[in-house]
Amino acid sequence: MTMTLTNTGLIDLSDTTVREANATLQAATEGAFTLANPGGKHALACGLQHPVSVTIKGHTGYYAGGMNKLAEITIEGNAGTGLAENIMSGVVRVTGDASQSAGATGHGGLVVIEGNASARCGISMKGVDIVVGGNVGHMSAFMAQAGNLVVLGDAGPDLGDSIYEAQIFVRGSVDRLGTDCIEKEMRPEHIALVAQLMDRAGLYADPAEFRRYGSARQLYHFKIDNAGAY
Amino acid sequence: MCGIVGLFLKDPALQPRLGALMAPMLAEMTERGPDSAGFAIYRDGAPHPTLSCLGPLCTDWKAVAASLTQATGAAVEVETIADHALLRVWGDLRAARAHLIETFPQVTVTASGEAIEIFKGIGDPMDVARTFGLESRSGTHGIAHTRMATESAVTISGSHPFSTGPDTCLVHNGSLSNHHLLRAFLEARGERLQTENDSEVAAAFLAWRMREGDSLKQALHAALNRLDGFYTLTIGTRDGFAVLRDPIACKPAVLAETDQWVAMASEFRAIAPLPGVENARIWEPEPGVVYSWGGEARAVAA
Repeated sequence: MTMTLTNTGLIDLSDTTVREANATLQAATEGAFTLANPGGKHALACGLQHPVSVTIKGHTGYYAGGMNKLAEITIEGNAGTGLAENIMSGVVRVTGDASQSAGATGHGGLVVIEGNASARCGISMKGVDIVVGGNVGHMSAFMAQAGNLVVLGDAGPDLGDSIYEAQIFVRGSVDRLGTDCIEKEMRPEHIALVAQLMDRAGLYADPAEFRRYGSARQLYHFKIDNAGAY
Repeated sequence: MCGIVGLFLKDPALQPRLGALMAPMLAEMTERGPDSAGFAIYRDGAPHPTLSCLGPLCTDWKAVAASLTQATGAAVEVETIADHALLRVWGDLRAARAHLIETFPQVTVTASGEAIEIFKGIGDPMDVARTFGLESRSGTHGIAHTRMATESAVTISGSHPFSTGPDTCLVHNGSLSNHHLLRAFLEARGERLQTENDSEVAAAFLAWRMREGDSLKQALHAALNRLDGFYTLTIGTRDGFAVLRDPIACKPAVLAETDQWVAMASEFRAIAPLPGVENARIWEPEPGVVYSWGGEARAVAA
């Protein structure tokens, strides 16, 4: 059953199923919605394809804001595993912390985590921009293909392991770089990019304090010297 | 996949409601482990040395108690619930446990200690909770588990929590890869295991370390070095409570703390129903970091 409200309203998850809530949000073409009492439920506000605004009042479970297109989703709390996984466009914001694999495989749009993100943030990202106010856990940006990961705090071990062409900017310390991930020169255009991404995220720090990391490109090209092995 | 919940009460006023607070937590984790469940309760009040046992419904528990009395000289009272029996033993618990395992192969001793009681069963977690009256139980802390069997069969002996040492128990989400080696190592050092389950090996490892004099914290640091595989563990001792995730941290965990309680769960939704949660400090435990509360007191080498 889809609820009667279309383009605005309060959805209370203590008396509405996640399926009903998501069907309502997916049917709306514009407007602003509030989800009350999320209680850590999974798959909230997933698959939205229109420019609606959604505010979730509390902590969410797995895959919140997944597959988002055009919508602006704000979670006032923490998010579980797989926040905004496979985001295509729009914005998914968390005011607290996000669990592992935030922004995984995201193709576009913006993911903002005002607190910390745990392990594997931006794993296999394909064009999404991710801005984290705090720290990111181990193996963040693993196999990241495109897009930008901006971390205002520190990064855990094995940052950017097996990275392709995504760019990582970290203001604090990096515990250990992953295989084939190296530090690169921070040129003026990178400082401008970091400033612009922080501005969109509403998080602020001196963009000149960031260091840039990316692929050494030793891992993903076939080495012709190895041709004889076949 | 498995579900874990744990609740450690700081506010004694909540102790009569321990089970009532834990039951909704367990219910919320049913989807993570619908095939079996179990829980450990650390009773409040005076110490009461107890062996928690399970056996076939036809088990003559009075005969078991009589044999125990004969063997150890200790008076034994019996309380039965479904296929479980709580044997109140006024004597050496370690000897009593060993005697039961030796003499009654059909009986499993699920726990031994002055405060701990463990109940477990196959099937819907809330059926298990109802059968053993979780909601009406009081205590200082408790941990519970919902199981989705991966490494071994859906049997009652595969249900968590596991306990091999006095007042120590463990629930585990994950799988260990070196449990065969560790089992032989621990058995050579006198640990008595009763199942083929990998998680029981982790419990036995901690019991062994604490019998050797480690505090819970020290035992968990030792576990970090010796356990190989995936694990999120929640551990209870007589007066302690701890959480440990392996360094890769694939298995989820959330911790929450208020002035009244510390709660652990695989997912936040199991913590969401707790009173005062809106003011709780909530965080994801870091990989390879030991989190512990309560006494650093050593486990009694019973």
